[in-house]
Amino acid sequence: MASAFDYAPAPESRSVVDIAPSYGLFIDGEFTEAADGKVFKTVSPSTEEVLSEVARAGTEDVDRAVKAARKAFGTWSALPGSERAKYLFRIARIIQERSRELAVLETLDNGKPIRETRDADLPLVAAHFFYYAGWADKLDHAGYGANPRPLGVAGQVIPWNFPLLMLAWKIAPALATGNTVVLKPAETTPLSALFFADICRQAGLPKGVVNILTGYGDAGEALVSHPDVNKVAFTGSTAVGKAIARQIAGTDKKATLELGGKGANIVFDDAPVDQAVEGIVTGIFFNQGQVCCAGSRLLVQESVHDEVLHALKRRLSTLRLGDPLDKNTDIGAINSAEQLARISALVETGEAEGAERWSAPCELPSAGYWFAPTLFTGVTQAHTVARDEIFGPVLSVLTFRTPDEAVAKANNTQYGLSAGIWTEKGSRILAVANKLRAGVVWANTFNKFDPTSPFGGYKESGFGREGGRHGLEAYLDV
Amino acid sequence: MSDGRLSVFKTYKLYVGGKFPRSESGRVYEVTDSKGKWLANAPQSSRKDARDAVVASRKAFGGWSGATAYNRGQILYRVAEMLEGRREQFAREVADAEGLSKSKAAAVVDAAVDRWVWYAGWTDKIGQVVGGANPVAGPFFNLSTPEPTGVVAVLAPQDSSFLGLVSVIAPVIATGNTAIVIASARAPLPALSLGEVLATSDLPGGVVNILSGKTAELAAPLASHQDVNAIDLTGADAGLAKELEIAAADNLKRTLRPQAVDTGDWSADPGTRRLTAFLETKTVWHPTGALGASGSSY
Repeated sequence: MASAFDYAPAPESRSVVDIAPSYGLFIDGEFTEAADGKVFKTVSPSTEEVLSEVARAGTEDVDRAVKAARKAFGTWSALPGSERAKYLFRIARIIQERSRELAVLETLDNGKPIRETRDADLPLVAAHFFYYAGWADKLDHAGYGANPRPLGVAGQVIPWNFPLLMLAWKIAPALATGNTVVLKPAETTPLSALFFADICRQAGLPKGVVNILTGYGDAGEALVSHPDVNKVAFTGSTAVGKAIARQIAGTDKKATLELGGKGANIVFDDAPVDQAVEGIVTGIFFNQGQVCCAGSRLLVQESVHDEVLHALKRRLSTLRLGDPLDKNTDIGAINSAEQLARISALVETGEAEGAERWSAPCELPSAGYWFAPTLFTGVTQAHTVARDEIFGPVLSVLTFRTPDEAVAKANNTQYGLSAGIWTEKGSRILAVANKLRAGVVWANTFNKFDPTSPFGGYKESGFGREGGRHGLEAYLDV
Repeated sequence: MSDGRLSVFKTYKLYVGGKFPRSESGRVYEVTDSKGKWLANAPQSSRKDARDAVVASRKAFGGWSGATAYNRGQILYRVAEMLEGRREQFAREVADAEGLSKSKAAAVVDAAVDRWVWYAGWTDKIGQVVGGANPVAGPFFNLSTPEPTGVVAVLAPQDSSFLGLVSVIAPVIATGNTAIVIASARAPLPALSLGEVLATSDLPGGVVNILSGKTAELAAPLASHQDVNAIDLTGADAGLAKELEIAAADNLKRTLRPQAVDTGDWSADPGTRRLTAFLETKTVWHPTGALGASGSSY
């Protein structure tokens, strides 16, 4: 389809962020090289331009960081909650002050559109620190008994899809409850965590309370299995989550795991089609579908299938894919060549298994990692694209006739993170929501997040909740 | 055997799916009292019995989790009522099983009855204590509610054959989960008799399934079973607990590790820990919209 509108380029200026040519690990309040001197490059996925070279943590560095966190734990946990709160409030404020810089940085390192980092990621990051800052001196009233104690050193491993937001989800509750942390960002998106280290410096946070180790899976594994780590928090793939669960078996380590998903977005025949279509688009194309709670399975009632699909394809044809720094961009770059290869392979499998592929007609830039918004129709529950998490801008469309069938199909997955319901009938929303085995159910909306609202999965989507009063439990000895 | 009358022995059987089967394996093992005196031949359940119990538990889950909390509370209270009427039988069995004096065994049974009453009252309160409305920064209704995790394998404590047993079963089913319980291997008789009480308490068949036998032999297939959602390792020693936790990771079962308090005093206030261990939090969002000229907004 020819573009109905032409837009002039409207790029956000990247001069607001100053990326150094190299970064070290942040241990005990200092930037330091890896013990073995190893480094790796981080690239901008939309251009493949090398942004910086960062230290690659090894086992020895993990040990150093855990020791620093352990040393800091005594003083930090003994601080009055009201003092810890003020440090967190400072951090929240500095994030707000530097939010444009951080948004541009995140867009450069991750590839997601500036519209999303500016309007979703960064406001949520600041809000998360504000929210948990307020809990630090109110833990006696949180419902976990009087004077609940922190666990100690938290080892936290986060993914690349929402680098700074996942950092906030991990660090804010950990610090509010009096723990100290060692956090490992993903190898493809290390920069915003390193900038956060600078924010800790500006906030005057005592050294060793937050330690940042950039590196690969080996560093994450060493961190999780370190004997002096008391708490493990991981967001990432279900396969790694299971490996972590095995690794910590028989120890006293407390764990929260936020893993994969294959969320069903259920559209009933009475749903307002235009609103549902917007919700479907938000559900699977937000952040290029690289979202664990994405609505990656569309379950549409048979009688409105054609109408919804027609409207959906028309809407997808208007999405603008391209420069993530452009304020008009809807679809940015896929985070890495590796992820792009995974998405492409699964889509090929979908075609080979007989599902019908449709991709939005858009031009892909020649450099960088890109994938056009894609949907599959004629999908059955046996198809790989209906079962496996693709973690990309690919929607599988299935149909149903009755609410019971919709629920049965929605629950027919080893995952249980999210689901969506689109209908005008209130009692149907409540009945269906009640039967869905998923931790978050969005009715007549999708992909909404808030620091006060607990988030986490059923079944193999992990355990524990992040956000809200519930999120405190993961970091308290209760 | 008083008055010279020859007493009638009871054949102890499993409790699975609301029925009282023998082990499909046909095996039994000898159960003795603390002094080594023969008490009964208990069924030595097999892996197949464990798998059958999973099927029964799963079948019962929809109805039990869908029952109102009030209804579940009524039924748990009914269990207490039924037990109250059989206190003497259980006091005798507990005295034999644990080598307690008559009065101490009676006190244990009384505490177990009271524990059912405690959890009966929790069924319709835990949702308000651990759930609630979340004040999100936007025009959305946002509510978190606890829901049962699903089918829970429970390794009952080895020492406390009855109060400990009740203390691990009641919190699991109070919130709508269904349970497969592995009784104390050495002292399974109070558990097997509890099945008879549950069967006459309006508890739907399959909500609680009770197996006797070797703990490790039964726990292994349950820990690795893909249709079991959670496992309570209370009755496992450290080595077995680790092994089972590794197996349980395969489908990310919620795992309650053995706690130091479990080997201590079961008469202490149990708190809510065992209730919340087998709950999931579901959060539902809906736009609140706006009234006015523009109509509803999504």
